[in-house]
Amino acid sequence: MIDLIKDIESRFETSDYIQKLDHLAFITVEKEQAIALVTYLRDYRKYTDLTLLTAVDWLEDGVFQLTYLLNNPTDLTEIGVRVMIDRENATMESAHHLWENMMTYQRELREMFGIDFPGSPRLEEPFILEGWDDLPPYRRDFKTKEYAEKTYFPRPGRQSNDPATYMKSKMYPND
Amino acid sequence: MDIKKLFQMNPDRSLYPEMGEDGKPIIDLSSHKFLKIWQGPQHPGVTGNMSLELTVSGDEIVESKTHVGYLHRGFEKLMERRKFIQCFPTCIRMCVAEPDPNEYILAASIEDLGGIEVPETAQWLRTLALEMARLQVLLRGVPGQGGTFALGLGYQWGNYIRDLILDRFEELTGGRVYHMYIIPGGVRGLLPDGFKKRMEENLKLVDEFVKNIDDLMYNNSVFKQRAVGLGVIPRDWIEKYGVYGPSARAAGVMRDVRKTHPYLKYAELDFEPFTTTESDVYARSRVRWHDLQTTVDLIRQIMAKMPDKGDIRAETPNVMHWRIPKGETYQKCESSRGEYGMYMVTDGSDKPRRVNLKGPSYTHANALLEKLLINANIADTAGIMVSLATCPPEIER
Repeated sequence: MIDLIKDIESRFETSDYIQKLDHLAFITVEKEQAIALVTYLRDYRKYTDLTLLTAVDWLEDGVFQLTYLLNNPTDLTEIGVRVMIDRENATMESAHHLWENMMTYQRELREMFGIDFPGSPRLEEPFILEGWDDLPPYRRDFKTKEYAEKTYFPRPGRQSNDPATYMKSKMYPND
Repeated sequence: MDIKKLFQMNPDRSLYPEMGEDGKPIIDLSSHKFLKIWQGPQHPGVTGNMSLELTVSGDEIVESKTHVGYLHRGFEKLMERRKFIQCFPTCIRMCVAEPDPNEYILAASIEDLGGIEVPETAQWLRTLALEMARLQVLLRGVPGQGGTFALGLGYQWGNYIRDLILDRFEELTGGRVYHMYIIPGGVRGLLPDGFKKRMEENLKLVDEFVKNIDDLMYNNSVFKQRAVGLGVIPRDWIEKYGVYGPSARAAGVMRDVRKTHPYLKYAELDFEPFTTTESDVYARSRVRWHDLQTTVDLIRQIMAKMPDKGDIRAETPNVMHWRIPKGETYQKCESSRGEYGMYMVTDGSDKPRRVNLKGPSYTHANALLEKLLINANIADTAGIMVSLATCPPEIER
């Protein structure tokens, strides 16, 4: 995959190249060049299969990491194209024209992370959540426990314990 | 009135309904020519809890939209709040029918990022567990295709033998449906005494079942008339729509991770996944029927080749305090439905930063199924859907 990476580095502004396995590598590209790189990989380097598109929330850095994982069915290699986008104004160029299934990934990311992909079909339609009006739930600052306590009533007869204290009291009752 | 003329249809169904300039069908519900019907979420003709919003004209589907979310429990989010070992009970529930590939890809991701080498005996046992999982799924999945066309008998046969395979799982792992047998570093135990003999007795029943299903389904004129030529996936859709596993192999494209990226002990096993080119519901079902035989053969090969003793677990740090260095990986295996992968990102803490599971149903049940159902008869919806082996929990995780 070294030849491929050299080729990419000569054409695009990239950084943080990591060869993870023999057939798997990750590379970071500037947001403005991301879709151009993905298109180049699909059309000229035979990475014709989109394995997945997902996001990672780096809350402390104020960015979302988008990962486009592409597969080359000819030489059986995979490359993950990473893009860092601003968390505050989370918008990314849509790539729905490249794969028919891309639209589904982008709909999910908008719903779960609040990342916008202007122009992507059916983006406004709920994918998994229906009638959701809270913070997008897969963001790191969405408090799952707080939401559950606020939304659902506790069942009678059930109690929660802090695992560390509870285990200690059970295992070492005399301490 | 000329009754024949009334029911005469233009044989070229691609001309119907009328298409707008944007390439989408012109559907005016107030014209009384169309009807909206929901198939699911509670319906015998859907796999699991998902629903299809169908717009029909007569009995012909003109538009289809997939709706998921009835099972969403936020597993990926919950795993970000759990230590690596605590992720297992959550992760395996991402696919109820076949939980073992979930265990494997989660363990493989943790091992890859944590730098753990799995002992050889454990690799053989993992291979066996994954093939047993495939076997029990196919024992219901293969005759299940007949069930979508009202041929329910084979499903009852398959369920009986599947229960015997679950007995083997119970003695190997302690659990029937969820096993948590594959853990970071290896597996939880060796084969019990007499396991191979009892498994061989079960496999003989599967051999008989395979022959009976051939007579019951594939030589059945009704099944053939319903399934042949139905839901054809053209070759050029494979990459465009993300088609994997048996559905891709039915279109003549070799997509099987066991062959393309051999993991565990698959490189040491002699097998050739079946491919064909018809790419209709019949062909996809036939591929799965061949897969069933391949799996039986693989289990026999594994039991013959695997060592009876040896280390089954590598040494790992204390799992309740295990911090994994910052990194990311994508690990995959072949489930009965196709490529099943996990993208994991770690940040040096004792919990995963992000886990994203990608199962074939994600693309099969959304973009692909919505497209395949256009111009299909409403009575064929279940047949087409089951032929893609959609599993809703792996879509909404």
